[in-house]
Amino acid sequence: MTVESTAARKPRRSSGTKRAAGAAGARKTAAATAQPHDAEPQLVQLLTPEGERVEVADNPDIAEFAPFVADITTDDLRDLYRDMVLTRRFDGEATALQRQGELGLWASLLGQEAAQIGSGRALRDDDYVFPTYREHGVAWCRGVDPTNLLGMFRGVNHGGWDPKINNFHLYTIVIGSQTLHATGYAMGVAKDGADSAVIAYFGDGASSQGDVAEAFTFSAVYNSPVVFFCQNNQWAISEPTERQMRVPLYQRAQGFGFPGVRVDGNDVLACLAVTRWALERARRGEGPTLVEAFTYRMGAHTTSDDPTKYRRDEETAAWEAKDPILRLKAHLLATGGADEAFFEQLEVESETLGKRVREVVRAMPDPDTMAIFENVYADGHALVDEERAQFAAYLASFEGGE
Amino acid sequence: MAVQKLTIAKALNDSLRKALETDPKVLIMGEDVGKLGGVFRITDGLQKDFGEERVIDTPLAESGIVGTAIGLALRGYRPVVEIQFDGFVFPAYDQIVTQLAKMHARSLGKIKMPVVIRIPYAGGIGAVEHHSESPETLFAHVPGLKVVSPSNASDAYWMLQQAILSDDPVIFFEPKRRYWDKGEVDVEAIPDALHGSRVAREGTDITLAAYGPMVKVCLEAAAAAAEEGKSVEVVDLRSMSPIDFDGLQASVERTRRLVVVHEAPVFLGVGSEIAARITERCFYHLEAPVLRVGGFHAPYPPARLEDEYLPGLDRVLDAVDRSLAY
Ligand SMILES: Cc1ncc(C[n+]2csc(CCOP(=O)(O)OP(=O)(O)O)c2C)c(N)n1
Repeated sequence: MTVESTAARKPRRSSGTKRAAGAAGARKTAAATAQPHDAEPQLVQLLTPEGERVEVADNPDIAEFAPFVADITTDDLRDLYRDMVLTRRFDGEATALQRQGELGLWASLLGQEAAQIGSGRALRDDDYVFPTYREHGVAWCRGVDPTNLLGMFRGVNHGGWDPKINNFHLYTIVIGSQTLHATGYAMGVAKDGADSAVIAYFGDGASSQGDVAEAFTFSAVYNSPVVFFCQNNQWAISEPTERQMRVPLYQRAQGFGFPGVRVDGNDVLACLAVTRWALERARRGEGPTLVEAFTYRMGAHTTSDDPTKYRRDEETAAWEAKDPILRLKAHLLATGGADEAFFEQLEVESETLGKRVREVVRAMPDPDTMAIFENVYADGHALVDEERAQFAAYLASFEGGE
Repeated sequence: MAVQKLTIAKALNDSLRKALETDPKVLIMGEDVGKLGGVFRITDGLQKDFGEERVIDTPLAESGIVGTAIGLALRGYRPVVEIQFDGFVFPAYDQIVTQLAKMHARSLGKIKMPVVIRIPYAGGIGAVEHHSESPETLFAHVPGLKVVSPSNASDAYWMLQQAILSDDPVIFFEPKRRYWDKGEVDVEAIPDALHGSRVAREGTDITLAAYGPMVKVCLEAAAAAAEEGKSVEVVDLRSMSPIDFDGLQASVERTRRLVVVHEAPVFLGVGSEIAARITERCFYHLEAPVLRVGGFHAPYPPARLEDEYLPGLDRVLDAVDRSLAY
């Protein structure tokens, strides 16, 4: 695994340094230029981009993880494939709905299906998930009706599902906050003596937030049963990972006293294996793990973003060749794990899902105006009551007046 | 060509460019401010022209952004920090409130903190949670900070440069739903003082006081009221800390009535302070209690309800009528 780091290369005080432009003087300070990652990072991979299984004999580094998917049958592989295809279809439909003005915004997971489905399918029902705002595939695995995810993007609510039903917390937009919630929840799980685990999702950009560092600290100190699952999709809006870190992300865990693993985030099998491994550690009382799923955000950050301002086409093309769905399809075809009928049937299923999503979204009613005052407090509050009554009277004055 | 017609966004961009040109110690910092030019393109093209040493893409960490800006200011720089959206300033709130605001006082005036924190704020753009809030009161309440908000292109251009010139920390709230509104900017004018209010429309029957995005709503309300024969004066406060009470008092002494309008929740808001002060100062002039129009004591609602939540023409006119009825 990648151990070498370039972080130690501090700028040295040297009179010979080339003069940089601007007032900042001799040393280049605004941004480091060296690549913090290996061009081809070493990572846990069980399925190559060509769809071939990697054996332990080929790569002893995967010996620890491969047993965690030893039980996976061809049926299971087809199920994982189906999950990824339907998730991508749902996501694509949502993007289209945004373009048609039915949604105010959409954060697409395009390209991250394997990371989400692999980790999501590793979870047990009694595990608890803390997502960010892009975990549509994980929500799918948890059994959250995908149309429920669209309410907040349409602007009719700030959540749209009961987190307790599927042990899938509400989306969190403030970057990194939920990693602390996950840690606290995991502290509670441990106090209860339960053997379930908690997983927190976040992005590579989020790893810069103080909250995430604090979550690492707390979880390490209290040995909490939490898995930090970072989808490193290479970008935080326009900022590449070099603007967030100088050592490969997974290595950061070591400094906090727990293991970090980098997994091929476009390999659903490897994501499943590594997440199961990390969850098992948590269940056994061995504390937190950081999983860095090395993947790529194929689309824009959100529908409001324009990646042509900052991203190169060649980069996108290189990652397209690693597409998580095509990879598993190649494997299924090569091994005879699925036939044409399977893919055709799945296409029909995708169509049906797309149609249902469209219909549900278009029929989604706007909330009642008075919902503004609902649930501000659990116990009620005199000021809210007063304002609600005043506003109701104000609205009623129009009906009477004209 | 001294007078130009610019959007508020372009006026801010020109203003930053001018500041970078004028003073080599001025730095721009924030998430996505470089190549992307910021999510609202306010810093568009600046990194290209001034380089990565002056226009700095930062890690995604607001406490880090403000904390390091404090350090850079200690070292003689004048950082202009961009917080991407209103709801994301809170990770930096600790640095702003416990450190930035107090450094000057704690050092017995030896240390200056010329840091500007730009925040696109308030609602009306159909955004998701945390992208539409008006947290100005939380900053105006903190001694040591100055808080301003332009409502038009000319103020956007001038106030930002004045804020950068200030040796005090300035929280600079940009009314994001007005970014694309155009207005005249005289780049050779002598600008109004940063913390003075301005009469945006003269009137004799009642004063509407507002700032930032609500100034336009109040001007529209005044125009609508004029059709009904009511003469409404609109005061653009421009600064929420300090507040130009003298200017406002002068207006209220003329019109004898005051309604304060803002998007932020009314409870304990800027309007509450104004109501209290103006009542003290103008008790014998007032014909009606000072009324407030603003947000409710409720979280900013989902986008589909924001038109109901935000004070619009009707709610402002309703308050005008209530005031005139006294
Ligand atoms: C505290 C905070 N600051 C800024 C933002 C605005 N913002 C939303 S997403 C984003 C980039 C996130 O990047 P990353 O964590 O890598 O996750 P990704 O969206 O790439 O999955 C930013 C800056 C925010 N939501 N929260």
